Amino acid sequence: MKLYNGGKIIAGMVAFLIAVTFPFWYGRGKTVSPPDLKLDTPTIEQLKEKRCVEPAAYMRASHMKLLVAWREGAVREGIRSYTATDGRAFQVSLTGTCLGCHSNKDKFCNRCHDYTGSKPACWSCHIIPEEVR
Amino acid sequence: MAPTRREFLKIAGVSAAGLLLPPLAVHAAAQTGKPATEVGPAQRRAFTAKRWAMAAVGGQCPAGCRDCIDACHSTHNVPAIGNPKDDVHWIGLERIERVFPAEAHPRLPESLKRLPVPVLCNHCENPPCVRVCPTKATFKRADGIVMMDYHRCIGCRFCMAACPYGARSMNYRDPRPFIRKPNPEFPTRTKGVVEKCNFCEERLARGVLPACVLACKEKALVFGDLEDPRSDIRTLLGKGLSIRRRPELGTGPQIYYLL
Amino acid sequence: MLEKALKGSVGYGIWVAVLLLLTANGLFFYLKQLDYGLGITGLSRDVSWGLYIAQFTFLVGVAASAVMLVLPYYLHDYKAFGKITILGEFLAVAAVIMCVTFVFIDLGRPDRVANILLYPSPGSVLFWDVIVLNGYLLINIVTGWTVLESDKKGVPPPAWVKPLIILSIPWAISIHTVTAFIYAGLPGRGFWLTAIMAPRFLASAFASGPALLILICLLLKRLTRFDAGEKAVQTLATIVAYALATSIFFVLVELFTVYYSQVPGHMHHMTYLFAGLEGHTGIARWMALAALLAFAALALLIIPRTRKNEPLLALACAGVFLALWIEKGLGLVVTGFVPSPLERIADYTPTLPEAAITIGIWALGLLIVTLLYKVFVSLRQEL
Repeated sequence: MKLYNGGKIIAGMVAFLIAVTFPFWYGRGKTVSPPDLKLDTPTIEQLKEKRCVEPAAYMRASHMKLLVAWREGAVREGIRSYTATDGRAFQVSLTGTCLGCHSNKDKFCNRCHDYTGSKPACWSCHIIPEEVR
Repeated sequence: MAPTRREFLKIAGVSAAGLLLPPLAVHAAAQTGKPATEVGPAQRRAFTAKRWAMAAVGGQCPAGCRDCIDACHSTHNVPAIGNPKDDVHWIGLERIERVFPAEAHPRLPESLKRLPVPVLCNHCENPPCVRVCPTKATFKRADGIVMMDYHRCIGCRFCMAACPYGARSMNYRDPRPFIRKPNPEFPTRTKGVVEKCNFCEERLARGVLPACVLACKEKALVFGDLEDPRSDIRTLLGKGLSIRRRPELGTGPQIYYLL
Repeated sequence: MLEKALKGSVGYGIWVAVLLLLTANGLFFYLKQLDYGLGITGLSRDVSWGLYIAQFTFLVGVAASAVMLVLPYYLHDYKAFGKITILGEFLAVAAVIMCVTFVFIDLGRPDRVANILLYPSPGSVLFWDVIVLNGYLLINIVTGWTVLESDKKGVPPPAWVKPLIILSIPWAISIHTVTAFIYAGLPGRGFWLTAIMAPRFLASAFASGPALLILICLLLKRLTRFDAGEKAVQTLATIVAYALATSIFFVLVELFTVYYSQVPGHMHHMTYLFAGLEGHTGIARWMALAALLAFAALALLIIPRTRKNEPLLALACAGVFLALWIEKGLGLVVTGFVPSPLERIADYTPTLPEAAITIGIWALGLLIVTLLYKVFVSLRQEL
């Protein structure tokens, strides 16, 4: 089989490969220190037992899933109370419950989101209480 | 990404169990020494109903009073954009010939012609906006409240065309710069979504009556469960003739007017 | 085959460049709209659909009109249309792409467009419109391209194409019916609440689409060596004449019902459209022009001597297209909102960015038509 315009095709493929692998070789050897998350808000300091709604490992990996379930439940089903696996009950509220403890959004939420390059759209509607006061 | 089925069942199950627990206002816990976020003993029970409805009694509004509008709009972060084109509002006051064109006629008493009539979402029994929504972003709850899911709305404005009452507003631009004093307890909207009155469902969940009802010093707005024969609204409706906007369309509007 | 679109005369190159420029200009203003919001348009709380949705409505008709070529040829073996059915199908492809684009740019949150499919709502007419439009697009791309490819090879099209083409006939009717149902099913808008909305849409579509095709055929004859043939063009002209007459008849029928019954909820809209209300006469002036054009074009199309005169036929077709564009692409949508449910008469005037975006999408559609027709004509010339 003869390859027509072989030179152009191969050049194009090489350019494509370079473009898609760019982030890997560009960032090779560079280290970015992991985000430093602050848990020293007044509310958290006062807690006898420092536990989030669910265990920290679950929250770290899956807080977004919990938040989506909270959101769908609250808006569409009217479910406004959440009982954690250990039996404690929480009000379903991003700004009330989550930011109630994590009132330092800049030093908690943002640091990790910036590090992972994720851009949650929550704050285009939900108001950060700190910013209003 | 959605939770896995197992996780979701877990969340849904405990959430359903949580329904039995009384919800409460956040700051209540602070005084009891418990963490602010954890739910303690209930301060107020959620208001529930089989069918929420509102009645407006005419003839009581003092001239120029806008208390119901201001209360609603500041509670819900409704922007005051200030031009009719991009205007957003949940509740308005209109003259009778605009609200009830079929009932208004030139021989009505002057007082009635000038009477401001509150107009808001009718939370229809059979809402056309819900029927036409291509994403189920607007939907009707079991207790009759027609809700908007601002997370889901794509801004096609089919609901605005379908609403026979002009109850819906589009965010033609970013509303945030036009909210004078944001209320952190309630989200704002983004540009590009449609919004409207939600019968203060977020307040009912905390056991608080709608903002407009509480704001009206003349007690001209009555809110309650239409299915409860002993409710205030039923007592009021039992007294005489009440009318609704464009009932001939079959939408089953749930705002009753006694003018 | 697509490579044929890349080579052409200087005139062809300039034409493509102009269209690209207009499309880019539209894109530039769309980016502004994304940034500012739909407030950049003339739309308002009262008139919440305007130029964009009106173009969509009008163009669904142009897309559906391909059936006026396909049906006579494939169901009645009308040979004269054999050479141009592909032109109809390609026109439909471009028109549907424009429709979908107009709906998309009309969204307040285009980033969430996938929600239509993620949360399918069979109760919503818009959901069905998205389904039928995309289906129609697919059918026309596949059938048009396959038939053209077979023509190039000088073999009959594969057997599976024919059922697909037959399917495109009811499908074409469905896209315009569903589009009419978007309007005709709303309880509170007296102007649209009419059972003949779908028939009206189809009648005006079968006039405007074939009128455009005639114009294109006459243009191709002049600019290229492709001649659709006198017979095909004249048959199309007859179709336009009948469809236009039906279309006008339907409007008159509406006018009778509205003005003889004199129900205010229906009458006010119609008065706004044709005469203006309380001094708001912007749309009424356009409608007067549309009526004038429609009747003049009808006369030119009915009289055999003028219909057979090519320049006059072209004039008539341009008149039909413009008249129906004003009626459907301007008047029909806006008038449904005026007066508003609270009896307000809000004027709607498209803004410059809105016009630039609209022109951009028309340019995009024309570009698609140009490229597809270039491929078609180049292949025909080789045969």
